[in-house]
Amino acid sequence: MTPDRHEIAVTVNGMAYRSTADARLLLSDFLRHELRLAGTHVGCEHGVCGACTVLLDGIAVRSCLMLAVQADGHELTTIEGLATDDGALSPLQTAMHDHHGLQCGYCTPGILMTVTAFLEENKSPSEDDVREALSGNLCRCTGYQNIVDAVLAAAAAMRGVAP
Amino acid sequence: MTTRYFGAPVKRNEDRRLLTGQALFIDDVELPGMLHVAFLRSQVAHARLKSVDVSAALKRPGVVAAYTAHDLGAYWQPGPLLVPPPPIAGIVFNLRTQVPLAKDKIRHVGEPLAIIVAESRYLAEDALDDVVVDMEVLPAVVDIEQALSQASVLVHDDLDSNVSAHVHQSRGDYRVAAARADRILKRRFRYEHGISSTIETRGVVAQWDARASQMTIWDTTQAPVFVRNGLAGVLGLSERQVRVIAPFVGGGFGPKIMMFYPEEVALPWISMRLNRPVKWIEDRLEHFFATTHERGQIHDAEMAITGDGRILGIKDVFLHDGGAYDPYGLTVPINSQCTLLGPYVVPAYDSTFTAVFTNLPIVTPYRGAGRQHGVFVIERLLDLAAHELQIDPAEIRRRNLIPADAFPYKNEIIYQDFQPLEYDSGNYEPVLDKALEVIGYADFVGGGQAEARALGRCVGIGVACYVEGTGIGPYEGAKVQVQANGKVSVATGIGTQGQGHFTSFAQIAADQLGVDVTDVDVVTGDTDQFYWGAGTFASRGAVVAGNAVNEASRVVRQKALKLASDAFECSEDDLVIADGKVSIVGIPEKFIRLGELAQRANPMRGAVKPGTEPGLESTQYFGPPSGATANGVHAIMVEVDPLTFDVKILKYVVVHDCGTVINPMILEGQIHGGVAQGIGNAFYEKLSFDDQGQLLNASLADYLLPTALEVPRMELAHTTTPSPLNPLGIKGAGEAGAIPVGPLFAQAIEDALQLKQRKVELLEIPLSPSRVFELTRGAREEP
Repeated sequence: MTPDRHEIAVTVNGMAYRSTADARLLLSDFLRHELRLAGTHVGCEHGVCGACTVLLDGIAVRSCLMLAVQADGHELTTIEGLATDDGALSPLQTAMHDHHGLQCGYCTPGILMTVTAFLEENKSPSEDDVREALSGNLCRCTGYQNIVDAVLAAAAAMRGVAP
Repeated sequence: MTTRYFGAPVKRNEDRRLLTGQALFIDDVELPGMLHVAFLRSQVAHARLKSVDVSAALKRPGVVAAYTAHDLGAYWQPGPLLVPPPPIAGIVFNLRTQVPLAKDKIRHVGEPLAIIVAESRYLAEDALDDVVVDMEVLPAVVDIEQALSQASVLVHDDLDSNVSAHVHQSRGDYRVAAARADRILKRRFRYEHGISSTIETRGVVAQWDARASQMTIWDTTQAPVFVRNGLAGVLGLSERQVRVIAPFVGGGFGPKIMMFYPEEVALPWISMRLNRPVKWIEDRLEHFFATTHERGQIHDAEMAITGDGRILGIKDVFLHDGGAYDPYGLTVPINSQCTLLGPYVVPAYDSTFTAVFTNLPIVTPYRGAGRQHGVFVIERLLDLAAHELQIDPAEIRRRNLIPADAFPYKNEIIYQDFQPLEYDSGNYEPVLDKALEVIGYADFVGGGQAEARALGRCVGIGVACYVEGTGIGPYEGAKVQVQANGKVSVATGIGTQGQGHFTSFAQIAADQLGVDVTDVDVVTGDTDQFYWGAGTFASRGAVVAGNAVNEASRVVRQKALKLASDAFECSEDDLVIADGKVSIVGIPEKFIRLGELAQRANPMRGAVKPGTEPGLESTQYFGPPSGATANGVHAIMVEVDPLTFDVKILKYVVVHDCGTVINPMILEGQIHGGVAQGIGNAFYEKLSFDDQGQLLNASLADYLLPTALEVPRMELAHTTTPSPLNPLGIKGAGEAGAIPVGPLFAQAIEDALQLKQRKVELLEIPLSPSRVFELTRGAREEP
């Protein structure tokens, strides 16, 4: 069997990549093992846990439910692209640190990407909005409370008001 | 010593790496020439294995090797007993442990049958389809009561029954207590616990370096030192030749303390055989039956009680589902047996359990580790007694609490750490008071509930107490070392899975050594960095390793002061250690930086005094005489939809006493997470097996974990009763959040739906909406 290989050109975190991949290669595996951007985590490989969430043209998607070839020509953002080039954390990353919104940190990449997209759409969310937005990301350590608080604080910081 | 950090909500040192995607998890390990491993797993629970043929798989392009049990030769050995049974008179224990690959018999779904090694994970999984297996399927042993019947087939043919263990423990004389009792309440309780479902599954990477004769193993284990020792033994290597690294681990919760899983044993052997690095990452489907579970117990329990609600005695006979093998000994059912006693005076206790082999995945501790099962029984018995005796449920608990002047309190029976169960310290009544106050118990019972009911709302309240044995031995150690750059390195042998050890241990060292907490670099779980230790389990990391870090830091502090006093030719009493330097009291410009003292402690030339140890470092060990007991009370207010039985949590309160607190922010995070897992256990999670041992809900779409919509905001409060068993006064906290949630749910749902008045009792967990519907279907409509 000769594998059905495809050329893939993607921009990830502002950097252009050209690579080839088998048609069946998952986007999550392509990012992690081909591009060596291992910050994106894989938890269930069936689209439930949300750990592998990345942004595809600004929209949160599960990279375990997409093939790498489907990302050809698109722009991706992963956890490695959230801090600025000089290392300053995003308001969301800062708020997660301030509010102890992570413990083992394994689900954190997916949560950061889901919420980054969410806060673009909803700049003044209520607690219920935040919980709804988080409901597709499983976390086994935190009980979610500190993540919810971090997201509310990040939203406030991004609006320029004290939380 | 100043306590700038100890007790403060210090933000975590490890967060930055985790928040920027720079932390190393197992699947991030990439090595040149690495091969990928997949395991063919049994799809049936019980069978005689006739043959496994991997020849077709070997012909597939990209496949490098394939192995069956027979290919392992003398390396094929049952795993070791990890936890010997405690020294209890008359104990029966039949040891049968898991094997690397099934050879003659298959004993549970998911048991590995063959190994494929290929150039990629995709190719390895493709080749699983090529393996031909011939077997004779046998009826499966699934139900733990039927498993003990004469007619049952046997999980292990060489035993004459499916009994894994039989243990009886008692204190006082229950028969005398029962004879004196005004009431005896007797019920059957069923408690199921689930799978920890860490978001990161398990994984192993092994790299044999033939030139260096060195094996490096990255492993998602909670116990790297014991994995090293065990694997060195079976591989025919010295411990020194094996390095086990538990990198960042994406949640543990117990199943990652299980050791010598088949994959853990197979990967290093394959790497040696092929002289190439190999990687195996468990997928989610495998996680559901290749990683250990905790599951069910059936308790036939009775409580002898006086008319005014005082416990005279408890008798309990229970069955414990241990799964196909029992490598972890009796930890889970012993915890159930001991934790049942709770914070109460129980003068007579007679407890017998039988652990049962079944054709189901192995049971080992999962957060709570059997404690939930015991707490459910006593808390439900108290609720039943309260109802019969017309005593308020909170009041009946208060009447039975161990009084503050009774500590240390001896329970006489033997605990999982082989010591007689003794509560080291505690003050229980203020914990209950505080929980009732924060939940608003008096207002709710005194009118709030009636008002809500008048509006047609089904609201209920629950309160449950528990004691948690934590911080058990044997010991942990720590090496504290001041670096030439002035930073402090702390290394300990335990693994870490999100508990914040990089921060809490840094706080302890930073206070002793007068450095900034961010200048303390903590290493956990690398056997080349710290050689000895037991592991992270039983809520013991902060207690046992924390005290070792404190002791080692204290010795380093003394060394620094001694070196500085020599340099300044002054008394150590005239020195102050702060801001990364030692200075003379009152003369802040006269100082030496710690880094410089570290360099001076390693002179390149000249002579040193006899007995001089180089370096500004110390390695110290701490072993408590027995475990420290934390305690707490959870309270809940719920509203139940009487049509759908959906439960909405209106308020959730935890009041907890885990002794001296290192970092209240981290502690609260532990409690939040524990409660979330408790809610999953009480309400959502059930491993559903059919009668042939097939797991019917082995996906996260079917096995429901609580999301941000189901876990409520929690209100936390603390009281502090230090433990006398360690210098820092710490008790463990890792499991407390998860332990009492089941009885709390049962009590609150009963109250909300007025089930007692309708003659319905909730005596089982989990209580999903459909299960509550089934249990109440035949009940009287109205109270």
